Amino acid sequence: MAYFKYDAIIVGAGGAGLMAAIQMAGKANIAVVSKLYPTRSHTGAAQGGISAALGNVEEDHWQWHMFDTVKGGDYIVDQDAAEVLTRDAIDAVLELEHMGLPFNRLPDGRIDQRRFGGHTRNFGEAPVKRACYAADRTGHMILQTLYQQGIKHQVNFLDEFQMLDLLFSDDGRACGIVALEIRTGEIHTIHAKCVLLATGGFGRIFSVTSNAMAGTGDGFAIPFRRGVPLMDMEFYQFHPTGIYKFGILLSEAARGEGGILRNGLGEAFAERYAPTLKDLAPRDMVSRFIYQEIKEGRGVDGKDYVYLDLSHLPDELIDAKLPDITDFARTYLGIEPKTDPMPIQPTAHYAMGGIPTDLEGRVLRDASAATITGLYSAGENACVSVHGANRLGTNSLVDLVVFGRRAGRHMLDFVRHSDLPALPVDPEFLARAEVSDLLSRPKQEAMADVRRDLQVMMMDKASVVRSAESLTAAKAGLVELRSRYARAGIDDHGTTFNTDLMEAFELGAMLDCAEAVVEGALARQESRGAHYREDFPTRDDVNWLKHTMLRKTSGGLELTKKSVSITEFQPKERKY
Amino acid sequence: MDYVFRIKRYDPDVDVKPHFEEYTLDLAPTDRVLDGLNEIKWHHDGTLTYRRSCAHGVCGSDAMRINGRNYLACKTLMKEFGKKITLEPLVGFRVIKDLVVDMEDFFAGYRSIKPYLIAGEAPAGAERRQTPEELARYEGATKCILCAACTSSCPITWANETFVGPAAIVNAARFIYDSRDEGAAERLRILNTNTGVWRCRTVFNCTEACPRDIEVTNTIEDVKRTLLLEQV
Repeated sequence: MAYFKYDAIIVGAGGAGLMAAIQMAGKANIAVVSKLYPTRSHTGAAQGGISAALGNVEEDHWQWHMFDTVKGGDYIVDQDAAEVLTRDAIDAVLELEHMGLPFNRLPDGRIDQRRFGGHTRNFGEAPVKRACYAADRTGHMILQTLYQQGIKHQVNFLDEFQMLDLLFSDDGRACGIVALEIRTGEIHTIHAKCVLLATGGFGRIFSVTSNAMAGTGDGFAIPFRRGVPLMDMEFYQFHPTGIYKFGILLSEAARGEGGILRNGLGEAFAERYAPTLKDLAPRDMVSRFIYQEIKEGRGVDGKDYVYLDLSHLPDELIDAKLPDITDFARTYLGIEPKTDPMPIQPTAHYAMGGIPTDLEGRVLRDASAATITGLYSAGENACVSVHGANRLGTNSLVDLVVFGRRAGRHMLDFVRHSDLPALPVDPEFLARAEVSDLLSRPKQEAMADVRRDLQVMMMDKASVVRSAESLTAAKAGLVELRSRYARAGIDDHGTTFNTDLMEAFELGAMLDCAEAVVEGALARQESRGAHYREDFPTRDDVNWLKHTMLRKTSGGLELTKKSVSITEFQPKERKY
Repeated sequence: MDYVFRIKRYDPDVDVKPHFEEYTLDLAPTDRVLDGLNEIKWHHDGTLTYRRSCAHGVCGSDAMRINGRNYLACKTLMKEFGKKITLEPLVGFRVIKDLVVDMEDFFAGYRSIKPYLIAGEAPAGAERRQTPEELARYEGATKCILCAACTSSCPITWANETFVGPAAIVNAARFIYDSRDEGAAERLRILNTNTGVWRCRTVFNCTEACPRDIEVTNTIEDVKRTLLLEQV
């Protein structure tokens, strides 16, 4: 075991964490902690683009982007945050370019832009070309470019360290983390003036997901156990086009470039539901269109999937602009997308909810504006909230660059004016107790079976369509799964690279995330964005134009409401 | 359908040397090799250790040797092989446990070629210009996911620990041929040595191993040609 001391610790080495690290590198003593090698982070799987109103291809304004973001999020987006997101997006994209990101270009050398779902000109008139992109591997290029900058600026990386606990001083300041060095099995205290949580999402709680196996929500569950609130956890996005059964993402860029969804009868059904934007309606809606088609028996061969059809697009366009996703279709489906349609189904993709923060990434203590000193969060882990009830495609990459940067800058200022808080007594006590329990308890059941049942239950009861009945069943199911988890054990009792132990720890985090999703979904008696309740099928602005804040207290879970920032755009019915 | 997985196992806590273990699994021909590994870990033997994350060939965690050649376990389906497959850790790296190898030297090689844009002041409020043709000159190399499949397939790296390896050269080329970059001379100096491109014997293993279809060997040849002709 060792003791590390830094000015700031960043947990998570995806886009948000790296962007924050680059702001501080060379100016403060920092470390980036990741349970993976940084280049394995899930930012690298993002495909289609990063939006900014550059106006390179056609007229565009950040105010249009802001409107689309607010409307896309079904008006529960905090508009002060959406303004920052869309204004800063322009500068953020240029900064990425200056760092060397290989964007696709126009003939005159400027950055090319393309269409994406829900992004429109002049407040909803027609689709607009706003997404800057690097083929269909934009996230890969962002991750590579930011990691390269990390190397350039000599950032300290603690690779393959798993966060086990978050530490607070006796006066309530964040003061570090406890982490397990995966390679040696040693548990370390990492002491710092401030901590940024940027660990990505938790899509793995669902059985069909686009998320990496690392997406287990550790960065949600650990602070939640320590009394930090989670906001809007009921808003979970299902991306319409995951490869059937695999869940692997086929970018919305496929539809941005002209791809069409077809049901089992060959009909282009999106235009029936969204006459203006058709296949480029926001993701929550398109996922529900697909659900409806399947429910009414128009899935392919009566099964639970429909087609994404690119066969009418020119071969050169597919090769130049969609090379990776068409390669996925060939590899995993054995299908040639230039001639045949690809079977797809909605796939668990993105958490709109998360750790509530202000515009500088500071974590909120409760529904008031009070913050927890020294604790920051950014990216999918956080909820600013810029995505509201449904995130628009490309806005996740904007979010992590814009708010990762703001958090990093604020942290740099914070560490310059702040002392090092004292560690609590025996800081590793809880983490050691948990690890030792997981390592030693008898195996009455396999962890994998508990995990599988959790994933299937969440997909079945708490995904695209929900009701009081399904959610109550899920809540009861979670109680049962927790008791099974307490009886489940592992095979590997060693110290070196014990991934059996890691997976068991991650399952504990997944159970916490699932509980928060179900609790929020049960409370929110309306339908808004990605949260659709069969028993409350309409939006209810009178009672529910509010964020939910969920906290663990000694008396159990406590849910409160928090007001939404509305500056420019009054809530209206959402039509496309 | 029954498949036999023959896996090279080594746990430094208990084993003096590596040994093979066999597992018989019921898998579909369209399952990924990674699905088979997960099936073993989750239902047969939780001590089996390997890295994995994205499970669709973009994160680079699960490069390994399958039937004597390097692949990503998540980007390779069972139908590509016979009924029995042999899995081993990447060759040329120190084994930490089972299929997990020590990547530190690999990333040190990557860092040694200055893998970041070296350029002067950027224009204020605008992008640096680059035409589609200029992008095409280096775009192939940007696909690299640092999985080490190429470097570990190269017989030179097995014998010579100081060779920087194909992945590092590809990433150097990614910047050398980027019209915005001004660091070509520095990187070429690093590669113009007997630990750099001149160690390469043009075996083409690296190109064959690359799961991202990068023309690795041709890229190394490009760099050699640039050094001989002294022009980028």
